[in-house]
Amino acid sequence: MTAVSAVNSGGIVRSGSDEARLRAEALRLAYGENVVVDGLDLDVLDGTVTAVIGPNGCGKSTLLRALGRLLGPQGGQVLLDGKRIDRMSTKEVARILGVLPQAPQAPEGLTVADLVARGRHPHQRWYRQWSSDDETAVAEALRKTGMLEFAERTLDQLSGGQRQRAWISMALAQGTDLLLLDEPTTYLDLAHQVDVLDLVQQLHAELGRTVVMVLHDLNLAARYADRLVAMRDGKIVAEGAPGDVLTEQLLRDVFDLDARVVPDPVAGTPLVVPIGSRHRT
Amino acid sequence: MRGHVIDPSPTPQGAAAPATNVTRAGDVRAMAARRRRRLLGLAAVLALLVVACLLSVAVGAKQIPLDNVWHALFQPTGTEDDVVVRSLRLPRTLLGLVAGIALGVAGALMQGHTRNPLADPGLLGVTYGAAFTVVLGIYALGVTSLYGYVWFGFVGALLASVGVFLLGSVGRGGPTPVTLALAGAAMSNLLYALTAVVVLLDSQALDVYRFWKVGAIAGRDPDLVVQVLPFLVVGLVVALANAPGMNALALGEDVARSLGHRVGLTRGLGIAAITLLTGATVAVCGPIGFIGLVVPHVARLVVGADYRWILPYSGLLGATLLLLADVAGRVVARPGELQVGIMLAVVGVPFFIVMVRRRKLVRL
Amino acid sequence: MTTEPTTQTPSPSVAEQVRVPGRPAVRLAGASWVLRLRMLAVAVVGLALLVLVMAVNIGRGDFPISVGEVLQVLAGGGTRAQQFIVLDLRLPRSLTGVLVGAALALAGAITQSITRNPLATPDIVGITAGASVAAVSVIVVGGSYGALSGPLADIGVPVAGLLGAFGTAVAVTLLAWKRGIESYRLVLVGIATHWLLLSVTFWLLTLGDVTDAGRAMIWLTGSLSGRGWEHVQPVALALLVLVPPALIGSRVLGALQFGDDTARGIGVRVTPARALLLVSAVGLAGVATAAAGPVVFVALAIPQIAMRLCRTAQPPLIVSAVLGALLTVTADLLARTAFGGAELPVGVVTAVLGAPYLMYLLARRYREVRA
Repeated sequence: MTAVSAVNSGGIVRSGSDEARLRAEALRLAYGENVVVDGLDLDVLDGTVTAVIGPNGCGKSTLLRALGRLLGPQGGQVLLDGKRIDRMSTKEVARILGVLPQAPQAPEGLTVADLVARGRHPHQRWYRQWSSDDETAVAEALRKTGMLEFAERTLDQLSGGQRQRAWISMALAQGTDLLLLDEPTTYLDLAHQVDVLDLVQQLHAELGRTVVMVLHDLNLAARYADRLVAMRDGKIVAEGAPGDVLTEQLLRDVFDLDARVVPDPVAGTPLVVPIGSRHRT
Repeated sequence: MRGHVIDPSPTPQGAAAPATNVTRAGDVRAMAARRRRRLLGLAAVLALLVVACLLSVAVGAKQIPLDNVWHALFQPTGTEDDVVVRSLRLPRTLLGLVAGIALGVAGALMQGHTRNPLADPGLLGVTYGAAFTVVLGIYALGVTSLYGYVWFGFVGALLASVGVFLLGSVGRGGPTPVTLALAGAAMSNLLYALTAVVVLLDSQALDVYRFWKVGAIAGRDPDLVVQVLPFLVVGLVVALANAPGMNALALGEDVARSLGHRVGLTRGLGIAAITLLTGATVAVCGPIGFIGLVVPHVARLVVGADYRWILPYSGLLGATLLLLADVAGRVVARPGELQVGIMLAVVGVPFFIVMVRRRKLVRL
Repeated sequence: MTTEPTTQTPSPSVAEQVRVPGRPAVRLAGASWVLRLRMLAVAVVGLALLVLVMAVNIGRGDFPISVGEVLQVLAGGGTRAQQFIVLDLRLPRSLTGVLVGAALALAGAITQSITRNPLATPDIVGITAGASVAAVSVIVVGGSYGALSGPLADIGVPVAGLLGAFGTAVAVTLLAWKRGIESYRLVLVGIATHWLLLSVTFWLLTLGDVTDAGRAMIWLTGSLSGRGWEHVQPVALALLVLVPPALIGSRVLGALQFGDDTARGIGVRVTPARALLLVSAVGLAGVATAAAGPVVFVALAIPQIAMRLCRTAQPPLIVSAVLGALLTVTADLLARTAFGGAELPVGVVTAVLGAPYLMYLLARRYREVRA
């Protein structure tokens, strides 16, 4: 157990168990003829934050799309709470599991409040489009992401970081136990990256949300995730606590990267220091 | 490769240089192969075009054997075949050739500039502008000669597309694909409605309009072709000069600007070329649709995303398609004939649909 | 931050309700909606204008009736002669206009939202062109070759239009079908088919004599001339059947504006939803076209106009329908009265009225953004 998960376990509201909320079994994923992931098994345990890392094109995002039933597997299956996710109604899934795709697109001129309110879709009916529960959830999601003051702005009037927070806010408003985030920190400066990940941390600690996210920044992944899943060429190379996964050997195997791994002076989690050609000896 | 030291030099450039050289050699080989393929393809299309031209001269209500065609072209002695070839078939073929090239190139320009795979040159309001001024000329001024139509049509086409361009560029950032498309659609609808008013008021205008509207290259005076030729040549030159700018614009306006392109100028030149090419063609032949829509898709399938290749391919393919469709129109309804505009749709559409079904078309 | 009083307390009272700025609510029993004042205002003003223009339109004619009297008759009063003129002669024409305009605008709003393309109209599956080919065939063949007599041709034209519209829509869908429908492929196949049929239509125009071509041209432009109750009924029926699914689907329509992944992520069954909405758009446009011919511009421009008037991010359905009806009836009024004795097809006027307005809105909106 790393220091991070020890901190995390303090604030869990839901009873965390070792049961897998989301499980991939012998998963085979392909776009047309092009097989991206083959024979992959993965358990996402309840109340954990899992970060998927790996080089570009290793199948991270594809895996995340399959876990969120956005991509049907060609073989194997994805189980959500023990049920096959492709046999559940998509609305039912949407009440348990929220997905934020990598580069979500929205029409110009949509206001932030309207965008976030769209996240309430799985809880609404055509005659019940804005209940007080909806409004509470949306206001709460806006407040948590610091977007309440921008509620009436349209998306095109926002900066990249604000827009990303608006999208995360929409995923929050969906009110799901599980959240799948595909690179939630893209386009953000370091301070905003930390903000977003702190938010994820907070959701996890206070509300016991289970989060799976694809992250590129290994140091932030190590700091904010309980579990790391390292992928290469559509296969899981290593998984476990950040301290166990993020080794110099693994960086060489997965990223072809020569690096030193030292303890993070703040959190004690592994810190990757790449060597690069200039300092190679 | 990364495990051992390639170069003792501590500078990053020193370490990077050998690796780039390796990839560059591979790239050069791949590029050469692609270039060869494109050139071979171009030769094939050219050959096809020559065949289409010969067919266009030889086939018709009166079949003319190829040796007589040769005779008529190079040693005319005033035989009946000579007269048919020189006074009817040859001008018609030449018109088909230039019109096809113009429409193909204009279509590729249009799709590139609007980044809309469904855009055809008519989107700028050119067709409807020409139609409106033609019927207006007949109704209000009693114009009856074909010369009259051509210049009325040309002026209408120019005015309409300039209007669309101005309207579409009122906002900040100049003309964007969406505003251009919307302005073009609004203008086209307006002009179509006005045309309808005129033809409903004047049955003579309607009679001209309905035959003009189907689009044809038959029975046009050779002088007409000569008169609009300068516009077409200027349009083609501008279009080809526009290709590098379009390649940059395909990466987005910001990238184009950072590469040192003047986006507004590139757009403006592109639209000027489209206007000249389509305006002149529409004025002479009437609205011949479909070439501008379908040919660029075929060209992209063959050569990829480089407009320096797409434009010539589109032109040659356009001319080939137009001439073959015209020949087919003379064959199917002998001794009469079907106008090329109809034949293009009848032949082109099934072909296009099969193509859409078989492959994923390149998105813009 | 660590305690969440609002989520801890079950069912907060209205007074404590956290408000989301810009989304005031209307809640009644179990039902709830967002109150969009601007949209409501546009709809109400539009409806009021629609009633007024209808009354004026009904009043105008060989026997002029004042607006007040028309409204009286519509409310059940008036003399017997007035009742006959208003209810039997003139109301069906205006009603056809209302229904046709509403149906076309709704259909356009749906297709533009689904394809996320402001140029998309139900034409993308070839409806207009299919209806045109069939109707013009009947007109030209019936006229020149005497194969169909007058009255048969009168009934034949709308029926042929309907069959042509739906036949084409089915054919396009089948041609574009390849392990499901991808909207990009559908649009390309549809546009190509549209071209083919339109070319054939114009070729048909060259076959008959000029009189037939003129009649066909009127139909091709869209006309409400001589429309009676027999034209109202099918359109009304179609609207009754097709509008509810379209309106219920409007919430889904909002989600479809995002990418497919995002829409699926919030629980939308993207493919069936898109198919259902497309079918209702096709139905609405097909029936409308059969009744009045392809009234141009309504399906294209009204959704864009409604969107800019309401300042929404996607075409609002109900407002589009109201404005579509308003434009069509206003155009009919002008088409009948503005040019003295000569009556123009309504489609001419919808374009002449609608196009400059769309242009104005385009120009103004972008200037606002700049300022």
